[in-house]
Amino acid sequence: MELNVSDLSVSRGGIAVLEGLSFSILEGEALVLRGPNGSGKTTLLRTIAGLQPPLRGTIGLEREAMAYAGHSDGIKSVLTVRENLQFWADVFETGAIDPALQAFDLSALENRPAGGLSAGQKRRLGLARMVVSGRPVWVLDEPTVSLDLASVAMFAEAVRAHLAAGGLALLATHIDLGLSEARMLDVTPFKAIPPEIDDFDGDFL
Amino acid sequence: MIALLIRDLRLAVRAGGGFGLGLSFFLIVVVLVPFGVGPESGLLSTIAPGILWLGALLACLLSLDRILALDWEDGSLDLLATAPLPMEAIVSIKSLAHWITTGLPLVLAAPVLGLLLNLPDAGYGPLVLSLLIGTPALSVIGTFGAALTVGLKRGGLLLSLLVLPLYVPTLIFGAEMARRSIEGMDATPPLLMLAGITCGTIALLPFASAAVLRVNLR
Repeated sequence: MELNVSDLSVSRGGIAVLEGLSFSILEGEALVLRGPNGSGKTTLLRTIAGLQPPLRGTIGLEREAMAYAGHSDGIKSVLTVRENLQFWADVFETGAIDPALQAFDLSALENRPAGGLSAGQKRRLGLARMVVSGRPVWVLDEPTVSLDLASVAMFAEAVRAHLAAGGLALLATHIDLGLSEARMLDVTPFKAIPPEIDDFDGDFL
Repeated sequence: MIALLIRDLRLAVRAGGGFGLGLSFFLIVVVLVPFGVGPESGLLSTIAPGILWLGALLACLLSLDRILALDWEDGSLDLLATAPLPMEAIVSIKSLAHWITTGLPLVLAAPVLGLLLNLPDAGYGPLVLSLLIGTPALSVIGTFGAALTVGLKRGGLLLSLLVLPLYVPTLIFGAEMARRSIEGMDATPPLLMLAGITCGTIALLPFASAAVLRVNLR
């Protein structure tokens, strides 16, 4: 399995934000996207996850290969931790959720309503969903927001286990994850140049 | 798909899920109408089918913005869109869950509330039947409206304005069916029209809802 992205242009609200982006991620590899706020990392990840069509270019894999985690975790506060995760395991038809609960140290919290979790614990539950999705490509948008240092290490461990099992990961993050083997890609040079507005009407003269 | 249905039903009956919202609104409307209209039982029997249908319709309308807005707010809708379920299945299941938690209780409560409005004996069966056939259309049309307005904050007003005109045929034929049976006329034509509307909306609208939802998620 290999994710090849070639000459990709993505748009937000009909305006191109990134242009001519090409990269490939091999099996067992992670790619970390960098770039200032508003540079289009989220738009790029949403496009790759299949939530919006690209403006131009191709994404080598079907959207069925991607598991996406965005800024919000999609957690229902009145359901327990176990019910939340079991729902996604049922949707993705993968079955057991206990390994995912253990990987993110949520086993002790499994019968608590998810509404009572702290922000970091919710985030861990959101990331545990990636494990139960059973999909080969993880597309993660700022996965470490509100995680403490120990949890970041836990997350890095989960990503490593995923890569070791032949998975791929594409992340956008600002902090150092301790994934020393991951490659970096700065998206700033690919920023789309806004077309010059030419509304000068020659006939006017 | 079953997992999504079970989750939605579970969310609806737990705290803050709004399970009783439509039902209690229906109850309030129907209980208050006799106070407003007066105790004249003949008049009440005449308007009973219409009031019951109108109450059920408004109760249904009240809970529409919950169908998709909550999932949009907490990000589940994005995640569901990337899940292995087709979008058409997601919106169909959402409509079904809405019908089970809102439409079905209204159908079951209608005969009890018909008593308060002095509904003639001949009207009970046809009224329940017309609601049973008609309310699924209300849920499916409502899901379409909810999909159109999903990205909008406080889109409730727009949702009502969009959906109400689409509800009119269902209301007309539903109430007409109960009224005709009470007056001893043949109720088959409105029954067939009502069933036709419901079948048509169930067959076609999920595709429209899924299409607008995909656009709204961009």
